[in-house]
Amino acid sequence: MQKFKETILAPTLFVVALILLWEIIVRLFGIAPTILPSPLDIWNALAQYWGPLVSNSWQTLFTTLAGFGLAIVFGLLLGVFIGWSKTIYGALYPVMIGFNAVPKVAVVPILILWFGIGTVPAILTAFLISFFPIVVNVATGIATTEPELRDVLRALGASKLDIMRKVGIPRSMPYFFGSLKVAITLAFVGSVVSETVGSNAGLGKLMLDAQAAFKVELVFAALVALAVLGIVLYAMTAWVEKRMTGWAFRGENQGF
Amino acid sequence: MQHGEALVELSNVSMVYGQGANAVKAVDNLTLTVHKGEFIAVVGPSGCGKSSMMKLISGLMPVASGSLKLEGKPIAGPINKVGMAFQASNLLPWRTAVDNVLLPLEIVQPHRSQMRSKRAEYRDKARALLESVGLKGFTEKFPWQLSGGMQQRTSICRALIHEPEILMLDEPFGALDAFTREELWCMMRDLHAQKQITAMLVTHDLREAVFLCDTVYVMSDRPGKIVKVQKVDLPRPRDLDVTYTAHFQELVQELRSYIGRH
Ligand SMILES: Nc1ncnc2c1ncn2[C@@H]1O[C@H](COP(=O)(O)OP(=O)(O)OP(=O)(O)O)[C@@H](O)[C@H]1O
Ligand SMILES: [Mg+2]
Repeated sequence: MQKFKETILAPTLFVVALILLWEIIVRLFGIAPTILPSPLDIWNALAQYWGPLVSNSWQTLFTTLAGFGLAIVFGLLLGVFIGWSKTIYGALYPVMIGFNAVPKVAVVPILILWFGIGTVPAILTAFLISFFPIVVNVATGIATTEPELRDVLRALGASKLDIMRKVGIPRSMPYFFGSLKVAITLAFVGSVVSETVGSNAGLGKLMLDAQAAFKVELVFAALVALAVLGIVLYAMTAWVEKRMTGWAFRGENQGF
Repeated sequence: MQHGEALVELSNVSMVYGQGANAVKAVDNLTLTVHKGEFIAVVGPSGCGKSSMMKLISGLMPVASGSLKLEGKPIAGPINKVGMAFQASNLLPWRTAVDNVLLPLEIVQPHRSQMRSKRAEYRDKARALLESVGLKGFTEKFPWQLSGGMQQRTSICRALIHEPEILMLDEPFGALDAFTREELWCMMRDLHAQKQITAMLVTHDLREAVFLCDTVYVMSDRPGKIVKVQKVDLPRPRDLDVTYTAHFQELVQELRSYIGRH
């Protein structure tokens, strides 16, 4: 009962109150819909532009997931590679840091130059921006294997590959799944940014067009779609994390 | 106490970490022999090279000079004939106790290739071992469901499952409270008696060394060498009460006087 209050009732009430407050303020001060549309305006826009909103959401979802998928594959591979030995770690780490320091938005024009306006730059931006946390987390998980445990296994004649398979990779999984929440959020940002810079579809492009046409309520409706999509993506990865790495949470919910 | 033939022989062994200007000599001129079935303890000040000696015998580090033999053959690299347990149990949190104990069998031949066909048999063996150290009913629990003492028991079972020639314990009871520690002493004593294992214990607790072992070696400050060999002539089986006898106290005090002396 307490749980229901905390996790469902309280947030719902808060959101409803926020929307009401917004509606009241817009009406009270007579703010023009071209500056700040009221929740009701946004709601109407959602209904009116439902078709384009949905199709562009699919596009953004697709580019995000494609980039995220690439990030998972390459992030895992590179993470294991970097975690494999101290030398590789030492050699690649500075490069990785330098790479990560470059704001990925700055790369989008180059990607567009290479691949043209369209889906590919969005996918690549999502990939580039989101694979870094995965690499770092996986590599950290592997590199922090207790030296004593390594010794126990090495004394038995275990090869590096054995230690990786039996200990390194499984123990990096909570780090990996933990990084997915961050990575999916970043991938999402990456595809939307790329869509805004140069694309012919997606929520970013839709917002850009709506803004150019002064359809402010549509801009806000697209924002709502972005928020919903973002929450769904985050919740999905959070759920996967919880499912896959139960052991890392050590039954923390067993208190009552 | 009569023991079998020599199992591990170190003579004039020295060992070095690093190279050139950064070289640190961890042990020097170390000579000792462990006989089959013997339980020895190595005590000495912190940083004197006790863990390093373990690494030598388990083949994880090469000797810089001197000779190091197991069953008469020089040790050159890891030889799955040792089992190791440390102060931290280092159990894999995603595996149950019994699956943790099985880990060495997934690495050491011939068990490794028979893992598939003999899985059930191996599990029974691991379970029996866990039950013999008082973990009946806890074999299917995860490490975080076990107390510190239970985790340490599991860790010691993991070190024994592949029937090593020598069990190496590096401060295995160091992190436990006094009562649990004494319980584990008794467990170790019984394991040693039942399975006639050869064991080497590194500890900072002189009472522990005297209670469990046949011979106690005292090492000097780094680079460690043996400054005292103390035979423990207390008859076995030993009861915890023996720790309150005058003779026991004498042995402990005698050892104490050699620690940190040059
Ligand atoms: N990997 C390493 N590289 C360089 N020096 C090391 C390394 N491991 C240990 N040493 C050095 O070797 C010496 C002996 O270390 P060792 O771990 O064997 O001591 P110890 O007797 O086990 O100490 P303690 O009782 O504190 O566990 C120490 O001076 C330590 O600084
Ligand atoms: Mg040590």
